[in-house]
Amino acid sequence: MGKIELHNITYVYGKGAPYEIKALDDVTLSFEEGKIIGLIGHTGSGKSTLVQMLNGLLKPDSGKVLLDGKDIWEEPKKIRDVRFKVGLVMQYPEYQLFDETVESDIAFGPKNMGMNEEDIVKAVREAAQFAGLKEKHLKKSPFDLSGGQKRRAALAGVIAMGPSVLVLDEPAAGLDPGARRRILTRIKDYQRQSGTTVIIVSHSMEDMAMYCDTVVVMNHGRVTMTGTPAEVFSRADELLSQGLDVPAITKVARALREKGVDIGLDIYTVNFAAHRLLGEEV
Amino acid sequence: MRSDIVFGQYCEGSSFLHKLDPRWKIIFVFSYIVGLFLAKNIFAFALMTLSIILLWVLSGIRAKILIKGLRPLLFIIAFTAIINIFWFKGETPLLPDSWFFQIYLEGIINALLIVLRVAVLVTGTSILLTYTTTPIALTDGIEQLLAPLAKIKVPVHEFSMMMTIALRFIPTLIEETDKIMSAQKARGSDFSQGSLARRAKALVPVLVPLFISAFRRAEDLATAMECRCYTGGAGRTRMNVLHSTWRDAVMLVAIAAFIAGIVLLNIFAPGYVFAM
Ligand SMILES: Nc1ncnc2c1ncn2[C@@H]1O[C@H](COP(=O)(O)OP(=O)(O)O)[C@@H](O)[C@H]1O
Ligand SMILES: [Mg+2]
Repeated sequence: MGKIELHNITYVYGKGAPYEIKALDDVTLSFEEGKIIGLIGHTGSGKSTLVQMLNGLLKPDSGKVLLDGKDIWEEPKKIRDVRFKVGLVMQYPEYQLFDETVESDIAFGPKNMGMNEEDIVKAVREAAQFAGLKEKHLKKSPFDLSGGQKRRAALAGVIAMGPSVLVLDEPAAGLDPGARRRILTRIKDYQRQSGTTVIIVSHSMEDMAMYCDTVVVMNHGRVTMTGTPAEVFSRADELLSQGLDVPAITKVARALREKGVDIGLDIYTVNFAAHRLLGEEV
Repeated sequence: MRSDIVFGQYCEGSSFLHKLDPRWKIIFVFSYIVGLFLAKNIFAFALMTLSIILLWVLSGIRAKILIKGLRPLLFIIAFTAIINIFWFKGETPLLPDSWFFQIYLEGIINALLIVLRVAVLVTGTSILLTYTTTPIALTDGIEQLLAPLAKIKVPVHEFSMMMTIALRFIPTLIEETDKIMSAQKARGSDFSQGSLARRAKALVPVLVPLFISAFRRAEDLATAMECRCYTGGAGRTRMNVLHSTWRDAVMLVAIAAFIAGIVLLNIFAPGYVFAM
């Protein structure tokens, strides 16, 4: 459960208007089940548009979105069920918080699903725990939380629905390094424990390298690369030409090679580089 | 970029009408409306039709857009027309006497003329103002036309600043509403199904974050304005100074000729006299 495939997806904003923008151009992609997949690309490359395809917030102009082998637009009336299965945490999700307490805000999704009272309480507790929110936070107004806590409350609001695919659009954007690490670690732990497929949008190469099993690179509405972080980051030139960066340590490895010390170009974490330098097996 | 999408109905362009001074345009529109209401006989109405065609040509706007602009008024137009056809007592009955109601030729002509007047009124003002003037230029024009009122302590500049800011933030708020709605839909909100009460209730999770963010923006903007020493209108000069050109003079003459034409046709041309 939790396999998403995209087949020849095309999407145009403002169709027919003079400012028409082709945000997705014949995208075919399949997201491996039970993995953390990173989606990278510079601003405007179509990442947010793509993730909104996954849960049916946007309907493709052409092409198909398959969830567990079934076209999600087969029955447009049932698109809500798809949204419960594919939980999407939008960019800057803290701006969606609205309820009086964090607890009831997290319960919004489960309530819409029609869960019973008992299950809701349980789902909220578990989601809050996954997101790293303490009991005392639950009774507070969401507007009294710190930025990082708000973000995690919004994350909990989606996790509480128990989706089989969790999609996060730039979950760490605009957070300080501490909060950044906390939220990404939470997501990774959640993925490990629940076996959910997780798709993370980011343009931080370091984060992608650290947390993802697979990386998908987008440019101008098209998928340009797919592979493990090692595979993708070893093609640094292409990434740079697409307006993306590579992890700092990958740059070090490249510079070292130019100076005559070749430790390989598939380096993307400091630990990995250290092992290579010391000639150890990894 | 989404924020580039101009809100409202302004059509990008560089036509004769686009280049008019907004201050004059406001005056022109009022004069034009007066002219339209003065028209009393079929010849005056013909001049009116001619004027709208001229305006359309001068604006360079596609006819499709203008027709689309009339669509929301279709109901009102049809309603007025029907009322006029059935209630008007003229001299040339069209139906046999035995019928329990009667329609007169004059009633039909009257209805047609009313429809024409409403259509010209709406299209003319839209061409002159909304389609060819940016909202910002419009508020600028209004501010300067009303500037004399500042002498009697009417806060003209402040009102105009408020208008400008409100206009500036409409696209931003629309975009924001869009995002928040998407976010709540992702959590299972349903805005399109269920009873009216249910749908209204579904809006709460949208309105609360929207208001909070609007207030946050307002506060940020106020701080930013204060940081740049904004103290209101007194002593402030403009970045874009409005200039009147030969175009405004030409248009002034044209509008004057239009009104004069209508008045003369009303007096001297024979023919059916409009009853309303
Ligand atoms: N609602 C919208 N209306 C019009 N254009 C949009 C809208 N959303 C995004 N775009 C445009 O589509 C392109 C892709 O945007 P997006 O998917 O948000 O990219 P990313 O998330 O990778 O930054 C951009 O050029 C953007 O300006
Ligand atoms: Mg984005």
